[in-house]
Amino acid sequence: MSEYKSTGIIRKEDLEIPSDERLEEGPVVIMECVENIPCDPCVAACSFDAVEMEEITDTPDVEYETCTGCGFCVTECPGLAIFVVDCSYSDENCKITIPYEYIPVPDEGDEVKALDREGNEVQKAVVTNVRQSGKTYAVTIEVDKENVWKVRGFEVEK
Amino acid sequence: MSERRIFEHPILDFDRGYEFYFDFEGKKIKAYEGETIASALYADGLRKFTESKKLERPRGFFCAIGKCSSCLMSVDGRPNIRTCVTLAEEGMEVERHGPKAEFPQTDVGRGGERKKEEIEIAVIGGGPAGLMASIVAARNGSEVHLFDEGDDLGGQLVKQTHQFFGSHQEDAGTRGIDIGKELLEEARDVGVEIHNGSKVLGYYPEKKITIESDGRLEIYDSQGIVYAGGAVENYLSFENNDLPGVYGAGGVQTLMNEEGIVPGEKVLMIGSGNVGLIVGYQLLQAGVNVVEIIEALPEIGGYQVHASKIRRAGVPIRASHTIKKAIGDEKVEGAVVQKIDENWNPVKGTEREVECDVICLAVGLSPDTGFLRQADCEMDYVPELGGFVPLRTEDMMTTQRGIYVAGDAAGIEEATVAALEGKIAGAAIYEELHEETEDTRRSKEEAKEGLDKMRKGPYGEVPKQGVKTCTVDEEVCG
Ligand SMILES: Cc1cc2nc3c(=O)[nH]c(=O)nc-3n(C[C@H](O)[C@H](O)[C@H](O)COP(=O)(O)OP(=O)(O)OC[C@H]3O[C@@H](n4cnc5c(N)ncnc54)[C@H](O)[C@@H]3O)c2cc1C
Ligand code: SF4
Ligand code: SF4
Ligand code: FES
Repeated sequence: MSEYKSTGIIRKEDLEIPSDERLEEGPVVIMECVENIPCDPCVAACSFDAVEMEEITDTPDVEYETCTGCGFCVTECPGLAIFVVDCSYSDENCKITIPYEYIPVPDEGDEVKALDREGNEVQKAVVTNVRQSGKTYAVTIEVDKENVWKVRGFEVEK
Repeated sequence: MSERRIFEHPILDFDRGYEFYFDFEGKKIKAYEGETIASALYADGLRKFTESKKLERPRGFFCAIGKCSSCLMSVDGRPNIRTCVTLAEEGMEVERHGPKAEFPQTDVGRGGERKKEEIEIAVIGGGPAGLMASIVAARNGSEVHLFDEGDDLGGQLVKQTHQFFGSHQEDAGTRGIDIGKELLEEARDVGVEIHNGSKVLGYYPEKKITIESDGRLEIYDSQGIVYAGGAVENYLSFENNDLPGVYGAGGVQTLMNEEGIVPGEKVLMIGSGNVGLIVGYQLLQAGVNVVEIIEALPEIGGYQVHASKIRRAGVPIRASHTIKKAIGDEKVEGAVVQKIDENWNPVKGTEREVECDVICLAVGLSPDTGFLRQADCEMDYVPELGGFVPLRTEDMMTTQRGIYVAGDAAGIEEATVAALEGKIAGAAIYEELHEETEDTRRSKEEAKEGLDKMRKGPYGEVPKQGVKTCTVDEEVCG
């Protein structure tokens, strides 16, 4: 039994992640969707045809060389399971784009609490971009590079 | 918490009408236009709505959809009014009367003379299954009457604020509330006659149904029926499970997403299937604290993506745990939970008190099939589909010729499947009463292909096996 079945928490080992070279090249999508569920909006969301699925119950198969890291798919996934990471521009920092459907919605430049997959605070982070699609937001925050596989959420301090 | 009404929400806008007051046992209660009596009372902090008959135990708001009778009160002298489905009006006088109401002080009936009509097709239930069946039959030329007891059509869809799963082609990624609206519009466009606020009471041979609408009895004599009444929530037994503050997930959703009122401050969620996970997430979105989610099985029941989303918000999900009892006298003030082993036996020394004012039960759904039993449709117990389900042909006909079934009433699956089954039933009933058309042939074919696709993978395998065991040849139908 995979651990996430009893905990709900994905680990890096559960994912097929892009190569280090690809990560250094520019932003790239990370789909944390590992079960065979009947769902496919991520395929249609990508206008670069970077996501493939033969059967609707397959997990999304991302062609990392084709993915531009545009982040459009982040707001289209009903599971809120899609993130974009950008490790390409600095040795110390990286950016993570996270889907968000709570209030309040942060503004660019705000400081937020960056959270891990269990909701624990990892560090403080600055919001670098906020994009809205319908009622779902894609919020990009900047965190320490060593936390790129840790941070998957954030909380706006009220 | 003083204000239980939600004014700001990340997904929903609550357009409240004007503010007014009504009288409750001598106290002035604030309400907004469009709010039910029970919602306004709940928002004001009332928890005990009535009492149980024998032991006089407190009873609170439970189902929020007019099904459980725990909100009966007297309104302007009329006893036994379901306050959860009755709108508040300015100056109304509302009183609790406990389990034994006095004989009415006023003329009870609000309806008029009983009505009788002959119709072609009756579709019962306006969720995705019923809407889809109506659309297909009507666009081919049938005269279709769609009955739903709710004021708003869309069934379970109206309460779903999350983006839907499923196939992009069949509207996944759109929020449930929006899919419902689109289907309703289409149904209107193709001429489906919609009867909302119309509860189907019973079946009488030959394909006659009785309906209560606004206090009036109506009888429809039909040539064919599609039953798409959805599902009922399962209950769970534990000590004090009747305290006000123990709610079904559906009741919580109605109160929160339709009425815009939060059920409480701290919620313990029982059950980690998709319903428990999604309602848990919706509670977080409404600003309510979900203290934990417990699950009796060693594995989380719902999709990993839903579980991960709620874990990221800091909510623990504890597998192999069950609830032992609810704590409180007049209302829920906490709960005792404990670990269980593989044989469902409690593990000694693991009892733990949880602080909460709401216990939300999300322990599964069962097909709502009372109507089909009345119509003598043959049933079979199919655990993979949530309990007793009607035997049906590939065309969704029950063992009673001319009576079709679709959606959760045929087996608990999900909305895309419900819509696809509705499509088949709508096409098949048209073919039976008239003839095959290009559209009915194509609709059936596409929908059957769609169903095959949906029932793949580990989650689809379960209903697939279930459907196999209750699908029969047309010869067995009466
Ligand atoms: C919390 C939750 C989350 C869900 N999330 C998803 C999801 O992400 N994706 C997905 O695909 N599915 C989801 N579902 C499941 C989906 O909502 C249901 O499978 C689907 O709505 C079933 O459709 P239906 O038409 O069979 O029944 P329903 O939608 O339940 O509609 C039945 C209708 O019949 C009416 N009715 C019942 N009895 C009578 C009567 N006697 N007289 C008149 N009217 C009557 C009811 O008022 C209701 O409107 C979710 C369900 C829940 C509870
Ligand atoms: S990030 Fe952009 S390019 Fe990459 S998969 Fe998503 S939509 Fe496609
Ligand atoms: S849309 Fe999201 S949940 Fe659905 S398959 Fe794609 S990544 Fe998974
Ligand atoms: S009938 Fe009103 S709460 Fe159940």
